[in-house]
Amino acid sequence: MIRLTGIERVFRVGDEEVHALRGVDLAIEQGEYLSIMGPSGSGKSTLLNVLGLLDRPNAGRYELNGRDVTGLGDDELARVRREAIGFVFQFFHLVPRLTAEQNIELPMVLAGIEPAERRRRLDRLLAEYGLEARAGHRPDQLSGGQCQRVAIARAMSMGPTLILADEPTGNLDRHTGQEVMAVLERVHHEGGTVAIVTHDPEIGARAHRRIRLVDGEVVEDKKE
Amino acid sequence: MRFTDLLRFAWQVLGGYRTRTLLILLAMGIGVAAVVAVSAIGEGARLYVVNQFGSLGTNLVIVLPGRSETAGAMPGVLMGKTPRDLTLDDALSLKRSPSVLRIAPLIVGAGDVRVGSRSRETPVLGTTAEFIQVRQMDIGQGRFLPPGDPRHSQPVCVIGAKVAAELFGPRPVLGEWLRIGDRRFRIVGVLARQGQSLGFNTDEIVVVPLAAAQALFNTEALFRVLVEAKSREQIVNAKQDIEEIIRLRHEGERDITVITQDAVLETFDRILRALTLAVGGIAAISLAVAGILIMNVMLIAVTQRRKEIGLLKALGATGRHIRAAFFTEAVMLALGGAACGLAVGKLGQLAIGQAFPNIPFTAPWWAVVAAPLTAIVTSVLFTVVPAKRAAMLDPVMALSKR
Repeated sequence: MIRLTGIERVFRVGDEEVHALRGVDLAIEQGEYLSIMGPSGSGKSTLLNVLGLLDRPNAGRYELNGRDVTGLGDDELARVRREAIGFVFQFFHLVPRLTAEQNIELPMVLAGIEPAERRRRLDRLLAEYGLEARAGHRPDQLSGGQCQRVAIARAMSMGPTLILADEPTGNLDRHTGQEVMAVLERVHHEGGTVAIVTHDPEIGARAHRRIRLVDGEVVEDKKE
Repeated sequence: MRFTDLLRFAWQVLGGYRTRTLLILLAMGIGVAAVVAVSAIGEGARLYVVNQFGSLGTNLVIVLPGRSETAGAMPGVLMGKTPRDLTLDDALSLKRSPSVLRIAPLIVGAGDVRVGSRSRETPVLGTTAEFIQVRQMDIGQGRFLPPGDPRHSQPVCVIGAKVAAELFGPRPVLGEWLRIGDRRFRIVGVLARQGQSLGFNTDEIVVVPLAAAQALFNTEALFRVLVEAKSREQIVNAKQDIEEIIRLRHEGERDITVITQDAVLETFDRILRALTLAVGGIAAISLAVAGILIMNVMLIAVTQRRKEIGLLKALGATGRHIRAAFFTEAVMLALGGAACGLAVGKLGQLAIGQAFPNIPFTAPWWAVVAAPLTAIVTSVLFTVVPAKRAAMLDPVMALSKR
């Protein structure tokens, strides 16, 4: 479903060239649950951004659902992101002035979905993530765990093929982190493809496939 | 993104930063209100002057004895003789011009008007029956001077409303007699109240037949001749004809001055219109300032909402979506500001109108259209740069920064 071949990503810092990714080859099948681990600066966030089409590789080829997305224009990339990819961030990134419900609705608003259809999906998502009682609250009135549940519901609202989570528990206490992981794993059990970038070996170990990056290269790729 | 969603999104932004929104609305509102109020004052002044001239009558040409020269001294003084008088025969000869519809020769003097023991000094106008049509005045009661040969007169007069009230009080005046100097006149009509017209109050005059005035003031010389041209287009012809006819009658001397009301009116109209535009333009500068304020605020918004913009992009917003959101926000601010400004400007105009009821203060239509339009155009223009900057924001950078 996802195939990366020879992905290179080079940043220019002053006069120096920093290779964030060096010839990464990676194939991810539908329904996989994988974690990407590695020390700071190993390129794991860059890999996630490339997977999420937020960053373009300098070289290599990226196939998503059998389609080469490497050379697509900005607008087309935005459309693919909207329809096929859901993001979950460490700092939740909820819009502070919008309610939980309006935050979940955002991707559907951007996609121009009919209000009636949005309402239908919203009701389902709010129920699924246990947010019915909090629908009208703004982020500053929600706990960290609730914020991340809102973010996951938002990521799921367009029914994406791939969920990308960047340190989803990094800003939460242990107990809430476990809860959020359970929610993400439920997405996986329902057939979703989930990729998690994390520092935490315990979180990383929960995934069925564990990838280790060092200096922009895949040094370990273990499947259970 | 659906249009209603775009509006809702911008509305949420405006509601989310309330102080900021109110400040911009204030700036925009002041700008628009200033343009509307200032141009209303200018337009009021213009209409006031135009009405004053308009009340003299339409298509009016005024003939004055003597010639105003740019040389400084009157030629008559240098030659040792006074300019030739303008006479009734001169006036009547003007009717030969095909462009002239009516004429009203005029003699003006001050007379001691008496009724029984009451007396008062008033301006006395000697003229003919056509005067009332040339000046476009209305009769309140009775009728105006009877038509007939202007060289012979009946002992009748028409008086202004104020004169009637002062000399007769509430008594009926038609058919009563009054005395001017040593002559008696029967009152046949009272002029309708008209008030001030270029400093000359028609409520305070007494109008007598021309021949009677000639006898009263012992003069043949006319004060001036009012001529009504057949149409607006004929005014120029009438003026040429008048000059030619009088020149022939005065042995080749061009010793009259012909003023067309149109020319005077047009000059005033032009000057005051230009003045209104200029002052309105100065007020419009505040609109530009409000536009710059919007740009400033939008630029701050791009920095302030970096993360939000990055997030929107990650969620699949295109550059166009981001730009549209910024422009919608700017236009909504401008529309809101313009609406506030128009309301405040209108109130201001009403307030000034209360203070000076004589002057017709109305904002000209172009100001009412141009002010909000300028507000919208400036805010859109000044949003181009911030919106572009927002649309170009790199989502990875925007999201990674805390």
